[in-house]
Amino acid sequence: MDAILLQILNGLDKGSAYALIALGLTLIFGTLGVVNFAHGALFMIGAFCTVTFNNLLSYEKVTISETEVSPWGTPLEIETPYVELWFGDFGAMMIDYSVFWSILFAIPVMLLLGIVMERGLIKHFYKRPHADQILVTFGLAIVLQEVIKSVYGANPIPQPAPEAFVGSIDVGALIGMTENSVLYPIWRMVYFLFAVVVIGGIFAFLRYTTFGMVVRAGMADRETVGLLGIDIDKRFTAMFGLAAVVTGLAGVMYTPILSPNYHMGMDFLVLCFVVVVVGGMGSLAGAVAAGFLLGILQSFASMPEVKAFLFGFSIDQVIIYLVAVIILLTRPRGLMGRKGVMET
Amino acid sequence: MLKTPHTSDRTLMIVFTILVLAGPLILAPVGAGYPDLMQRFVIYGIFAIGFNILFGLTGYLSFGHAAFLGVGSYSAIWMLKLLSVNIVPAIIFSVVVSGLFALLIGYISLRRSGIYFSILTLAFAQMSYNLAYSVLTPITNGETGLQLELDDPRILDGASESGQVASPSLFGFEMSDTAVVPFLGMDLQFNVGFYVSALILIGMFYLSLRIFRSPFGMMLRAIKSNQTRLNYTGFNSRPYALTAFVISGMYAGLAGALLVCMDPLAGAERMQWTASGEVVLMTIMGGAGTLIGPVLGAGIIKYFENIFSRINESVVEGWFSALPEGVTDVLVAVVSPFLGSGWHISLGLIFMLVVIFLPGGLVEGAGRLMNLVVRLWQSRKTGASQSDTGPADGVTPAEEVSHRSVNTRES
Repeated sequence: MDAILLQILNGLDKGSAYALIALGLTLIFGTLGVVNFAHGALFMIGAFCTVTFNNLLSYEKVTISETEVSPWGTPLEIETPYVELWFGDFGAMMIDYSVFWSILFAIPVMLLLGIVMERGLIKHFYKRPHADQILVTFGLAIVLQEVIKSVYGANPIPQPAPEAFVGSIDVGALIGMTENSVLYPIWRMVYFLFAVVVIGGIFAFLRYTTFGMVVRAGMADRETVGLLGIDIDKRFTAMFGLAAVVTGLAGVMYTPILSPNYHMGMDFLVLCFVVVVVGGMGSLAGAVAAGFLLGILQSFASMPEVKAFLFGFSIDQVIIYLVAVIILLTRPRGLMGRKGVMET
Repeated sequence: MLKTPHTSDRTLMIVFTILVLAGPLILAPVGAGYPDLMQRFVIYGIFAIGFNILFGLTGYLSFGHAAFLGVGSYSAIWMLKLLSVNIVPAIIFSVVVSGLFALLIGYISLRRSGIYFSILTLAFAQMSYNLAYSVLTPITNGETGLQLELDDPRILDGASESGQVASPSLFGFEMSDTAVVPFLGMDLQFNVGFYVSALILIGMFYLSLRIFRSPFGMMLRAIKSNQTRLNYTGFNSRPYALTAFVISGMYAGLAGALLVCMDPLAGAERMQWTASGEVVLMTIMGGAGTLIGPVLGAGIIKYFENIFSRINESVVEGWFSALPEGVTDVLVAVVSPFLGSGWHISLGLIFMLVVIFLPGGLVEGAGRLMNLVVRLWQSRKTGASQSDTGPADGVTPAEEVSHRSVNTRES
């Protein structure tokens, strides 16, 4: 029982990341009909927003201490970050909680990037074949990835979680099982809650606002909405920006779990494509459900019992693809795919 | 307007053969005349030709072709280890294995088309990569990869007793043998491996030409232009697409086998998505759907990969050293991120520019240039009445346009 619960919990954080990225992909696909191969790069750039913000915060002023001496006899150099000099305790708090603060930094960056991408490049590809759209976004993904690589280097850059969120909570004790049977890192719980809030926010935005209603109408029948005198292109551009923000934030919050490196985007993108296909192309709920489902499945596949059952082969790396094959052979439209979406 | 396909194909074939066989002579002046690079030109040319049979003819964009390259490599190195260092069994075996693998993946992936197909093939390639990298470590030796060793059984030719690792050969000719001939101050390097691959490339090019001209090729083109209509006329298009997929997978397997024969190493990184992307780049860059385009694209990308990635900052400084100091610093700062280790940025940018402005690749670009020249020449000859030339042949403008597009596609 506790082993099963632990695997479900372990799957949640990865599943949250899959769900958020797949949601962004589906938003773009559903509104603009474009498969964005550069979407993984947006996730990666989100993660590097945290790195950048952290670097900015921790610019240090070096003062030489008059009294203290370092162990090897030279005057001790005291390094104090500027924000701490300026804001005192608030500055120290900012550095500790830099992951949360970089959300505020990442939102405008990602929004701008998304809008520039759509207006500058993808807009010109609506009338071109799907193959061209895939190819040009693929080229863009290479460029973005390599630019990040040349700026930040090829090595992963670890990002600490805030002090208060380091450690684990005893989920087992909370629900009345034996103590210390199910330990779960706090930050992963935070990530899961964050994902739930963002996903809920997106769905509420689409469901309960006029803007969201127009966007949904445009997804169903773009031409008619246009004939009603609504500038649907502008709204779709905004949705592209929103999708970029969602994906970027997924990257920002994921940094304490996985140290950002330049190829993390593409690693996640391939899996998230599979998630979208399993969930059903163009279905937002399907993307989210399939994201969590596959995340949990992946964590079950990494259990030692499963490995022993399969004669020592660990299949957690390939289980998602196997599931995708089975789903595709039995339900070609995916779990929640609608008829008529991307049938050809 | 069109020459009869027979003579023009024969000319193309002859020119192609001569150009490939004279490779060392042509490539030496541009600094690419050494065996390792020339072998890669030819092998990736085969890979791209195979990819083009699928993408150029049927329009199915596969993002997972590196998987077949990797499978070919692994099967070839196992044959070299188990049977003999003669490359013939290795090549045959890896083509068969990659064909079967392509049959399996194609059968599943071709149930969907368009974006779905691309995503599925990408997922399969990534799965194969993960399998090779971690799951199937007993077969693939995981991260380290496979290479020839002293204690390989080698049933047919017996384990080597000379105490050194044998290198792959073809009936006694070792692949790494090179004859160096000084010629006009250059060292021309005639390499056995290069000529073996070159002969195979010529054969494979001829095969692809025959496929392009055959009724089967027409069928594949029909799939590209309108699959629904094809299905309504009573044809089942899937077996044709699957055949094209398998053929193209076998080409990839052949290329993988040759890579191993030239340099007996097989590793999982050969199957990564970047490798799949690379063959797409080559084909698009040269011109998808054209005969010569993929080979051209493969050559150009491999050439620039080699040349660009060797240029470092001091070389760039050397270029601009004649200019004033401030200007030099600015230029170096602007140019150097795109060269050396950052050459992938320029590759991505060039690729985007090609897709945006020249979807038909370099062959289309050359075709446009030719058309421009021809038109200029005609307008000079006929004076102002240049617009009459089209209808004068008894062809309506629309027909002429369609003819021309066919013409450029197939050149």
